[in-house]
Formats: sequence, structure tokens, C-alpha cells
Amino acid sequence: MRRREFLKLSAALPLAGCATAGASRARVVVIGGGYGGATASKYIRMWDPAIEVVMVERADVFTSCPISNLVLGGNRSMQEIRHGYDGLRKRGVQVVRDEATAVDVAKKTVKLARGAELRYDRLIVSPAVDFLFDEVQGYEASQPTVLHAWKAGEQTIALRRQLEAMKDGGVYVLSIPVAPYRCPPGPYERACQVAHYFKRAKPRSKVLLLDANPDVTSKGPLFKRAWEELYKGMIEYRGNSKVVGVEAKSMAVRTDFDTIKGDVLNVVPPQRAGDIALKAGLITHNNRWCDVDWRTLESKAVKDVHVLGDATLSASGMPKSGHMANAHAKVCAAAVIELLSGRPPNPNPVMTNTCYSFVSDREVIHVASVHQYDAGQDTILPVKGAGGVSGARSEQEGAYGWSWARNIWADMLA
Amino acid sequence: MRFLLTAVLAALPSWAMAQGTAGRDLAASCAQCHGTQGRSVSTEVAPLAGLSKEHIVSQMKAFKEGARPATVMHQLAKGYSDQQIEAIAGYFAAQKR
Repeated sequence: MRRREFLKLSAALPLAGCATAGASRARVVVIGGGYGGATASKYIRMWDPAIEVVMVERADVFTSCPISNLVLGGNRSMQEIRHGYDGLRKRGVQVVRDEATAVDVAKKTVKLARGAELRYDRLIVSPAVDFLFDEVQGYEASQPTVLHAWKAGEQTIALRRQLEAMKDGGVYVLSIPVAPYRCPPGPYERACQVAHYFKRAKPRSKVLLLDANPDVTSKGPLFKRAWEELYKGMIEYRGNSKVVGVEAKSMAVRTDFDTIKGDVLNVVPPQRAGDIALKAGLITHNNRWCDVDWRTLESKAVKDVHVLGDATLSASGMPKSGHMANAHAKVCAAAVIELLSGRPPNPNPVMTNTCYSFVSDREVIHVASVHQYDAGQDTILPVKGAGGVSGARSEQEGAYGWSWARNIWADMLA
Repeated sequence: MRFLLTAVLAALPSWAMAQGTAGRDLAASCAQCHGTQGRSVSTEVAPLAGLSKEHIVSQMKAFKEGARPATVMHQLAKGYSDQQIEAIAGYFAAQKR
């Protein structure tokens, strides 16, 4: 079955060199089927069905990072955060289950793990993050005991099992890397979700947050209030506590000052743009992130290649979030359509961000912003006086938070 | 330089109008919560497709000025100019429910 599918695909996709030069439709190849890549694929097809879109994705279904903390807390299931790609197929996106292993930017081709080569007119790379495991001594040696679960999927399931297996009175340690990292409020939401589970199932247990940053990086006062009012005595927060080492044998993490033992160690390592961005030469800053032109999301390093989402060198006030990646994708989709037709792209793009965090099973807080392109400064900037955070956590925003998830999943996949 | 920038900025709306995609592109920034083309898949958030242009403009103005209470829309509405709100409203009004 799998082999037959592959052969069918190979027949359907003209390989590099096989395509009729000039006569063929413009083709966009998208690497990655997450918040950025799936949205870009859908919107290009929706706005200009004349363009051929080939999306390369390793997984057969999408698993959402947003809401995955609720799976850890036992408040949502894996099934609820997993969604297939049939909606994109119905829109004419050719979904190829494979892994992009190399990009030849001169020949304008993408090489796939199973051997195929895809020609592109424009390439959109939405590779998420990969981890800098070397920055936490002993990380590789402590596999599979020490998890990050910072990409939703198998690790989400495995971490949930560890939490379920932990004895009452145990300590769950969550370490947070120096910003910028994927999903700034994510670790603090995760602390709430785990504490919510402990409160019901093993009330003598503790959550210990070791944050490499000096203080909570997002929605600080709102999170701290939730910790105090909902989980009093259960969550301990330590700022300026960068985890530099971990050992599974002794179940301990090491900061520059301390060795701290725990019963479940959830170490989130520092991150950079995903591997394919590195291989394609798209990383421009600090060996980590990809700078882009915010009017088009085109790479500042490689022509005709666009980069979306967490992998980008974030503009001022722009978080690495799924919502933001979706916004990047739409600006990019509009620009790619114009550029392929020889027209200038929209010179004044606008993006929004709204991040909802579940501080319990039903109460939510948000942070929101609007970003407008500033021609004078040649970048995109948050609009002053707009955006902000919740006045207080509420169940009303809990309903909006879940509604956001359903709508953004449909917006990228349906 | 400053003059040049002003000239470029003044030319922007006409660019967008000429392309006919200004409202579409702006409205796409509402879709994460309100659904693609304003067709929400949830009951908690109002679908925007097919609402009258006047209604959307008046509600955005009310959000902006604080006349209509909100959890997040008062913060987001302030991020858009009146002209941008007009374009967004025009786009949603033209969509089928």
C-alpha cells in the first residue's frame, strides 16, 4: 500500500528535469505542514488555483502544539489535537509524505529522503524549531527518560505517562531556555496544567519551574496570580536558573549553582530554526534564526525562498507562536501569488497575534498584538496602544480559547 | 528622504485598491479566530461573513472607543486604521454566509 502510494505520487509529480520548460504551471513547494506551511498551502490554492502547490510533510497527520499542554493535564485527548490533511488535498494541495533533506538553491530543487527531487519556482520553508541538545550536558545520554515534549506528538504521550506514573509527593521539574524560544507562555501554561492534574490526582506533589530567564517571559502577573490562587504551595518558580546539565541515572538537573533532583524531568533545550533551514543556508543570525523581508517573508539570504513561523528572526514584539506562523503564511501566500505574476507584493502587510493560555481546565488568559509594516524602519512593528493582556482569567476566555483552536485548525487545514 | 516616504505611504492605499486584494489580505488576519473568509466553525465566535459593512464598521468603532465591552477585540481593533476597517468590513460583507 505504502509503496503503491509512493509510485502513484511519483507518477503524479513531475520530477526535476521532467517538467516541460515554460509550459508548466508555476509551482510552489512548501516544506512543513504545521501552522505556517499548511496555512500557506491552503491560502495559495484558495486565492489562486492556477498555482500548483506541493507540500512536503514527514507526518501523516498534523499534531497541534497549542492545546497539547491540556493533554498533559488530562483535560484534552491526543485525538482532539490531531487532524489530517484531507482538507488540503480537497483544495488541490499535493501532500507528499516525505522529508526534505536538501535544497539546491541554484537549480531550484528540493531533494526528498525517498529519492525524489521537486522543482520549484518559489519555495516556502516552514520548518519549526530544532533543538540545541549540546547546550544541555548529558541530554542525549539521558534519553528516553528526560523529555522536552516541546513538539507535540509521541513525547506528549510519553510525558503524560510519566506524570501518571509519578508517586504522590513527587516533584515535576520543568526547565525553560533563554528567550527567544517557541511559544513564550507555553512553559507557564504547562505548569498550570500539570498542577491542575496534581491537585486532583496527587495533591502532595510539586511543580518546580527552573527558568533561564530572569522572570516569567509572558503574561507574568496573570500567571503568578493563577499559581497563587489556584495552586497555592504547589508551584515553585525560580528565575535566572538556566539548566546546563541533566542526568537520568540520578534523576537530577544542574544549573550553574545547584543540582536539583526530581521525579519527572522535563527539560526544554534552547532552539534554532529547523534543520532544513540550516541545510538550505537560510540561517542568518546567531547560528539560529532566519531573517526575512516582512512584506513577503522572503529569505534575506536566498532568493525565491520564503521562511515562515518559529524559524524566522522574530521582528520586534513578535512571539514565536502558531497564530503568528499562520499570519506569516497569509502575508507570504499573497506575496508569492503577486510575485509569480510579475506584480509587486502588498507593501503594507498587517498581522495579528492572539495567544490563549489555559491556567486551569476552563479558565484562560490571553496576550494579543497587531503588527503593521513600517516602511521607514523596513520592518514590521507592533501598533502602539493596541494589543494587551486579559484583565483577569475567565471561563469566557476559556470558551474563546477553545474556539480559537477549532477555528485556526480549520483555517489551516479545511 | 522623509518626503519620499510620505509619498510612498500616500500611494499605498491606491496600490491595494488597484490590486483589489486589500480587504482580502486584511480580513485574513481575522480568520484565525473568526474562520476562513469569516465563516466560524464554532458558536462562541460570531461569523463575520455576510454581515453588513455598516454593522462591522460600527462595531469595530465601538470596540476601538471602548463603547462595546470585550475581552480582546478592544485591543485588536485599535491596531487598525479607519480606512483598514472599511476595507475589512467591505470584504466580509461581500462573502456568502
